[in-house]
Amino acid sequence: MNTKEILEKAKPIIADKLGINEDEVLESKHFINDLGADSLALVDIIMSLEEVFSMEIPEEDSEKIQTVGQMVEYIANHVK
Amino acid sequence: MNPRRVAVTGVGVVTPLGSDTTLFFQRLLSGENAITRIDTFDTEAYSVKIAGEIKDFDIGPYVHPRDSQRMDRFCQFGLVASILCFEDASIQLDESEKERFGVILGSGIGGTDTFAKEVIVLHEKGPSRVSPVYIPKMISNIGAAQVAIRLGAKGITSNPVTACATGTNAIGEAFHRIKFGLEDFMLAGGAEAAINPISVAGFANMKALSRQNEHPEKASRPFDLNRDGFVIGEGSGVLFLEEWEHAVGRKAHIYAEIVGYGCSTDAYHITLPEPSGRYQALCMRKAIEEANISVQDVTYINAHGTSTPANDATETKAINLLFGEHAKSIHIHSTKSMIGHLLGAAGGVEAVVTALTLESGKIHPTVNLETPDPECNLNYTANQMVEAECRYGLSNSFGFGGHNHAILLKKVS
Repeated sequence: MNTKEILEKAKPIIADKLGINEDEVLESKHFINDLGADSLALVDIIMSLEEVFSMEIPEEDSEKIQTVGQMVEYIANHVK
Repeated sequence: MNPRRVAVTGVGVVTPLGSDTTLFFQRLLSGENAITRIDTFDTEAYSVKIAGEIKDFDIGPYVHPRDSQRMDRFCQFGLVASILCFEDASIQLDESEKERFGVILGSGIGGTDTFAKEVIVLHEKGPSRVSPVYIPKMISNIGAAQVAIRLGAKGITSNPVTACATGTNAIGEAFHRIKFGLEDFMLAGGAEAAINPISVAGFANMKALSRQNEHPEKASRPFDLNRDGFVIGEGSGVLFLEEWEHAVGRKAHIYAEIVGYGCSTDAYHITLPEPSGRYQALCMRKAIEEANISVQDVTYINAHGTSTPANDATETKAINLLFGEHAKSIHIHSTKSMIGHLLGAAGGVEAVVTALTLESGKIHPTVNLETPDPECNLNYTANQMVEAECRYGLSNSFGFGGHNHAILLKKVS
């Protein structure tokens, strides 16, 4: 799965958790600074993405994910 | 500090008969009934299939979807009723006033639906999939906290949990906070959303609920001989309370004055009321004593009136015990006859009704009172509203566990 496909699949989940439009979910956006997330929302998003992409993101890795782009890239590199 | 007077300067409700307080009260006066078949979940396997549901509730206009999905339904009801109440109070509070503004919003059972759903996730998918917002969504104090966050209240926030007495407990405590100088402004009441599978199953199996599934509009029939249990309702009711002189100073609309709050406990049984009614009478007496009036001054009671065989007979005994011959001349009614029993929110909604009744001189009917019960021998305002000027009115709430709470309101002269 390439990053574009991952982003398309992740968009509705991220948008739903943050109550925003899907077209606001761009790779450049910072979850907390740009998209209105707090730390709980970020955990919630990561857990939902883990389920959708059938993967586990260890805490030490998830703590480094700050932007949509970093999230997509991480999933691309680790999804089976 | 001398005790201070306490004014009710705002009211807010979210009920099965709507969220517009004026319209809600008119519907009660005309005897409208909100009990229907449950349609939020499939009741095929349930012995009870009826409730007072709030249809088409939309929190969208009030809260960002990011935040509302972190709120259980009870919390959403409580927050919207509080926003409406605060708007109704038409008050601007500066930062120092907000430090003396508290919120006591109770919920009898809190986020049971959220709890039940996450237990299923735990069993089906394991602990790593339980929602990170499960706890702050489910805990019953979160309603008060969300209201404080929204309105900027920096005084006390608290959440009494006394089952079906919760709303009255909350308002009574809030009244005392202002009366004894601990806060200047309080928003208080209850919120509840228990029309969900786990709660309906639990209440049904303890035989507390009416099973008149074929005639939902006839199921809640307080004080009627053929009553067979209560009907679960949902929603929220809150009051904005304000130190009297402050309310007068800003020319606020004052719906009523709170003048007494009485509490007692049956210390008898986990669900049954103590059968003589003496401790229910005790809580009403304490409220009346606090106001320094005589029992003859009370001419109106918004009864707990649940439509269970035990409650309505015991409450009647308690009123007879306390008021003697005068009991027969008291105007009594049950709001639950039309919207069902809102559990922890009931006292909140009924306090709003009590204030509006005293103000308007219009007493809504107790509907479905068709066959008199010899054990219920008082004037319950059967089936037709009446007009009567009452100076003092009690609002009673009694909760599982034997918690008895009553507040006493006075008409503004």
